[in-house]
Amino acid sequence: MNFSSLLIIVLIVLAGAYFLGRNRARAISHQGMRMHSLPNQYGTLMALWTGVPALILLVAWQLLETPIINHLLIAKLPAAMQAAEPAIIELTISKVYNLAASAGINADPSLTPAVEHLIALNERTLLLNSGMALSLCLICLVVTYKRISPNLRARVEMEKIVNALLLASSGVAVLTTIGILASVLLEAWMFFQIVNPLDFLFGTSWSPQVALRADQAGSSGSFGAVPLFAGTVLISLIAMIIAVPIGLMSAIYLSEYASSNVRKYAKPALEVLAGIPTVVYGFFAALTVAPLIRTLGADLGLDVSSESALAAGLVMGIMIIPFVSSLSDDVINAVPQSLRDGSFGLGATKNETIRQVVIPAALPGIVGAIMLAVSRAIGETMIVAMAAGLAANLTANPLDSVTTVTVQIVTLLVGDQEFDSPKTLAAFALGLVLFLTTLILNFVALKIVQKYREQYD
Amino acid sequence: MTKPTANTMTNNFEKNSGLTTRDKVEKSLARRRAKETRFRLYGMASVLFGVLCLIALFTDIASKGTAAFKQTSLTTSITLDGDYLNLTKDSTVDEIRFANFDGLIKRHFAKEMKPKSRSDKRELFKLLSSGAGWQIQEMLIADPTLVNSSITFELLMDDDVDQWFKHDRQLSTAETNDRLSDKQLNWLSQWIEQDRLDTHFNTLFFTNGDSREPELAGIHGAIKGTLLTLMVTLILSFPIGIAAAIYLEEFAPRNKLTEIVEININNLAAVPSIIFGLLGMAIFINIFGVSRSTPLLGGLVLTLMTLPTIIISARAAIKSVPPSIREAAYGLGASKNQVVFHHVLPLAMPGMLTGTIIGMAQALGETAPLLMIGMVAFVVDVPGFINDPSTVLPVQIFLWSDSPERAFLERTSGAILVLLSFLIVMNTTAVILRRRLERRW
Repeated sequence: MNFSSLLIIVLIVLAGAYFLGRNRARAISHQGMRMHSLPNQYGTLMALWTGVPALILLVAWQLLETPIINHLLIAKLPAAMQAAEPAIIELTISKVYNLAASAGINADPSLTPAVEHLIALNERTLLLNSGMALSLCLICLVVTYKRISPNLRARVEMEKIVNALLLASSGVAVLTTIGILASVLLEAWMFFQIVNPLDFLFGTSWSPQVALRADQAGSSGSFGAVPLFAGTVLISLIAMIIAVPIGLMSAIYLSEYASSNVRKYAKPALEVLAGIPTVVYGFFAALTVAPLIRTLGADLGLDVSSESALAAGLVMGIMIIPFVSSLSDDVINAVPQSLRDGSFGLGATKNETIRQVVIPAALPGIVGAIMLAVSRAIGETMIVAMAAGLAANLTANPLDSVTTVTVQIVTLLVGDQEFDSPKTLAAFALGLVLFLTTLILNFVALKIVQKYREQYD
Repeated sequence: MTKPTANTMTNNFEKNSGLTTRDKVEKSLARRRAKETRFRLYGMASVLFGVLCLIALFTDIASKGTAAFKQTSLTTSITLDGDYLNLTKDSTVDEIRFANFDGLIKRHFAKEMKPKSRSDKRELFKLLSSGAGWQIQEMLIADPTLVNSSITFELLMDDDVDQWFKHDRQLSTAETNDRLSDKQLNWLSQWIEQDRLDTHFNTLFFTNGDSREPELAGIHGAIKGTLLTLMVTLILSFPIGIAAAIYLEEFAPRNKLTEIVEININNLAAVPSIIFGLLGMAIFINIFGVSRSTPLLGGLVLTLMTLPTIIISARAAIKSVPPSIREAAYGLGASKNQVVFHHVLPLAMPGMLTGTIIGMAQALGETAPLLMIGMVAFVVDVPGFINDPSTVLPVQIFLWSDSPERAFLERTSGAILVLLSFLIVMNTTAVILRRRLERRW
């Protein structure tokens, strides 16, 4: 019996428990007793007590099964193997899994105890898991069934359980943040055990090659991330040079000048730009914009790299226009009409009103919007992964090829890799830098926007 | 120094320049009006630029991609020689699978076109798709009684032929690509004269999984993977997101902890998606041992990514339910939970659904975190369920866009068109839902 069939059985029992509880409550009230709650509330209580503990057990089991079994298997491996590196142990474990699945054909007798242990474990855990889940289900069912009486405050109890479930759901978001922090911090910590954090943050040479043999020439690899940071900044800067003026002017035009008809069609059209998947932008950048810029550059006698920062930045700018425009649109609309009226009353033109009254009043909000857009640009992955290069050049020339933090994370982690090599860990260190930068940007931006909103509320 | 009054200032001013304020204002009016017009034009140009970018993007991809829905094939009549294939009308499926259809096709074309040398033969066979034998095999599996009869069908051509026929045919020979030799072009023009070479709707593009051969590569596997991944995402993120929104909006006490949770959710919504890929890799794969490349894992990662979006929009929907509804329900003696679940939730549902669809659309287009968790693997089989290795549509696009073949480029655009049409359908549904169901109080 696997996870999904167990799940279905528990759900069926849960549905049955609802009707059982409801009917029992009805039967009691038909005897002329005054019940504390409505019959369906008794039913729901039964269903909750029957289903929730069993479901929690099932999910927890599903999550913890593999790590625990792996741990037990390692104990059964030959002693020499246990002392080996984690990567080798991992490899052996997966070999054991394969052997157990193919049953019988065993090339390596030293693994036999582990394989047999795994087969036995598999049978046992299956039995234990389904047995425990189902008996928990039934015990709860019987206990709650017995408890149904006119005095049982079913509604109150049910609502308490429901509230606990609601609380747990909102905890998922917090757990996600903790999960992100824990995973990134932990791996980055391991990376900084190998590579000096100062070398990482201030080093100017990035070539994350890791040697296959220890005595190989240039075996250490260098992890100076400055070219990556510079590349990210360069591409984001190009993107912002496109997105900020155009996004801001669009927002001003749409909120102050455009007739409602123009607004009705132009605003959603701009928002469509935000809904297009980034992989599509990446394709557009790599196969249309980059060659276009290259040909243009060749006509002008410039030497443009085929993976120029300009192409990636330009397309990223287009992607970010709607972020800037819709956020600034909200902000500009929040400026009270009385300020505009006052300015018009003094004889200012619309343009003067906007530039000297509306924009200064909306400035904090606009700054917040731009910061959010910057954080978006820094974290954008697909456009740069497809259109920007891999070479870590330290250059400010937009026609050159540069690489970014996100591109490097993707290249370091895509494909199979051993988990404890500095190469893989470097990706997590980069992830940490990326996460912290965007977190600070977002946090400050959201605070600014919130403060600004309160100002005019 | 004493502060001069406004009056004396104006007087001094007028004395110095010999102009009244009124004159000055009138003199500057033309300049100010011109500035006004200019400013307005900048605004218009900005909006226009955005819209033009959108149009350019769509036309570019549509012009590259529509050809992907057509595939060149050759009308061929071939006798399924039972002796050669070692098959009878009663052969089992396994026997059919092992029969040498490629050999049969090669023999047929060698007879028909009479290539002179061994290298000529090789060039001739290069024109045909390596999937041609598979086409006959499928036909025979569907109907084994075809053995020994002559069948006429649309034989798949190689991607080079496909590209030549669709795009380069009209060009002068000097400009055509060098992937086809003169001899090959000669054979092809013979077939064109016989009116046998033609394009047909490319069904394989929608029914096949990925392949190394462009003419055989399809998006069925990717679409199935996408649907499974989105299913996992929806099943997990919809209830959790709505429950969290209800808690935060209706039950959470106003204290420091709640505030932290709120700030946390708002920040999480703006965390780069690639970070969620790192999370999925470190936690789900390495700690919980969820297998790589599966829709289950993809769905888990995308759930965490879309959750903030869903929570934020669901909270907005709950907030828009007027307090009078709650008060009326309280007045009738409903408990807090009954008010929320019987009255507020149904009224907020359209807004929540809209938010969820938008979150799903976001998840549908997401690529970066899925690259980290192994969904870039080359998967030929169409996934059956959430624990089979698979890829998703955006990742398929990413993979194909890297291929050097021109036919793959075309297919990438074709896949993008399919992805965009999915997105358009989802977003339109969200808009319609919002118009139809959302009430203004």
